[in-house]
Amino acid sequence: MWIWFHKLGSPPHFYRIAGRMTPWFAWIGGILIAAGVVGGLVFAPPDYQQGDGFRILYVHAPSAWMSLFTYIVMALAAAIGLVWRMKVAHAVAASCAPIGAAFTACALVTGAVWGQKMWGTWWVWDARLTSELILLFLYFGYMALRSAYDDQQRADRASAILALVGVVNVPIIHYSVVWWNTLHQAASVSKMARPSIAPEMLVPLILMFFGFNILFGAVLLTRVRGEVLLRERSADWIRAVLSKS
Amino acid sequence: MTLREFLYMGGYAAYVWPSYAFTALVIGWMIAAARRAHRNALMAARKRLEMERPGS
Amino acid sequence: MNARTGILGAGLLLIERDLRLAFRRPSQVFNPLVFFLVVTTLFPLSLSPLPSQLRDIAPGVLWVAALLSSLLALEALLKSDAEDGTLEQMVLSGQPVVVLVAAKTAAHWLVGGLPLVIISPVAAMSLGVTPAAMWVTAEGLLMGTLTLSFLGSVGAALTIGVRRSSVLLSLLVLPLAMPMLIFGARATDLAIAGEAASGPLYLLGALLVFTATLAPFAAAAAVRIGIE
Repeated sequence: MWIWFHKLGSPPHFYRIAGRMTPWFAWIGGILIAAGVVGGLVFAPPDYQQGDGFRILYVHAPSAWMSLFTYIVMALAAAIGLVWRMKVAHAVAASCAPIGAAFTACALVTGAVWGQKMWGTWWVWDARLTSELILLFLYFGYMALRSAYDDQQRADRASAILALVGVVNVPIIHYSVVWWNTLHQAASVSKMARPSIAPEMLVPLILMFFGFNILFGAVLLTRVRGEVLLRERSADWIRAVLSKS
Repeated sequence: MTLREFLYMGGYAAYVWPSYAFTALVIGWMIAAARRAHRNALMAARKRLEMERPGS
Repeated sequence: MNARTGILGAGLLLIERDLRLAFRRPSQVFNPLVFFLVVTTLFPLSLSPLPSQLRDIAPGVLWVAALLSSLLALEALLKSDAEDGTLEQMVLSGQPVVVLVAAKTAAHWLVGGLPLVIISPVAAMSLGVTPAAMWVTAEGLLMGTLTLSFLGSVGAALTIGVRRSSVLLSLLVLPLAMPMLIFGARATDLAIAGEAASGPLYLLGALLVFTATLAPFAAAAAVRIGIE
């Protein structure tokens, strides 16, 4: 069962597989996002309280979710890289950081715009917003730590520890609306209970979530392929790749 | 619903459209930057191999 | 200290050694303290000397100043030992690196954090903080500076091999220290308003316990990576 896992750890194998999967992820993700946008902007009915303003949800919520998901992927990859000493895993972690930072910035900006209309203020230091901002700083710190090291291996391993230390922020962000009385609203879609949101509104949202996730896969795989190339010295398989491209 | 009404977004146009635009920008950057990074890595690998075994 | 020294003994020996080294260089002890006092006075100078207004900003100013001056001193936690090879010897000694790192952090706090807590009432008084609130502030800073030392030990360990790492160190530590800042400033705020500050203080305590328990492990792993 672990054979596929260790096979993926082999850089040339990973490079080839990732190369074949990327177009699929890109197209499927793109179509899902397009469908979600159309559904969210056109077909979803206006909200009872917020009118058409709630449509920001369709870009804000997936971005926020992806900012967390990316960090989890990064931390997981970092742990695998540390434990199994896998270069590919470290490459995945390194690739996650800029993507995660972008999603976090997107969540913060779209949230601020939405908040300005809904709450009358574009920022408030409540638990969720503050911890999401900390997440952005964690991504930046991770990238800064990586670039501070010239030696790739030390950069990989030091930043892996940082990623694992910062993972404590992820449950804080997620449960902040449960643990504290925040201005940011609590979750309205839960896997357990029946969602408190109309189906015509829910379907585009789900499409966007999946679309973002799958597109993230395409972007991540592209970056990882680049990172893997940087980590391999003059291996023969690279020669073959270069002669093909 | 006319195009006008659609763009007007029930009065929330100034909030909805910039949000979508920013998101599109971010995703566009994400894709472009990833492809650029891959391309640069390929070039760096090519250069490295050139130096080690010229003419390969 | 050799492989036969017990864990506690090794830790205490290391604390003793670090304290002795620190007192040979008094400036290393006093500089962060002076920095703390200077930064605190910058705000009345630049904003407004009115006591009522100062009292409003006092919690934030005190905590940020404490944070910044602690960050200043953090680089010294591991740098000099790493540079002259002592850190390597410590790791090779066979003692658990976790204990060694925890001991160094404790010594670092005794030298840097504790004096800061002791003079914090002076700074607080200059900002117009009420006597009752001064006590709460000192309590909060006691836990906060200790938490920061442990967080900082992780950051310092991660940046051992980096030249001129103080800014990077701050960039790594400050986001992790934000919750502590929020609770600490809130505690002082409540105390100034005359209300009970026990809530934030308990949370600060929880943060301290959490950090003190886990940080040495992360720092130890980072030290092992750093001295390769």
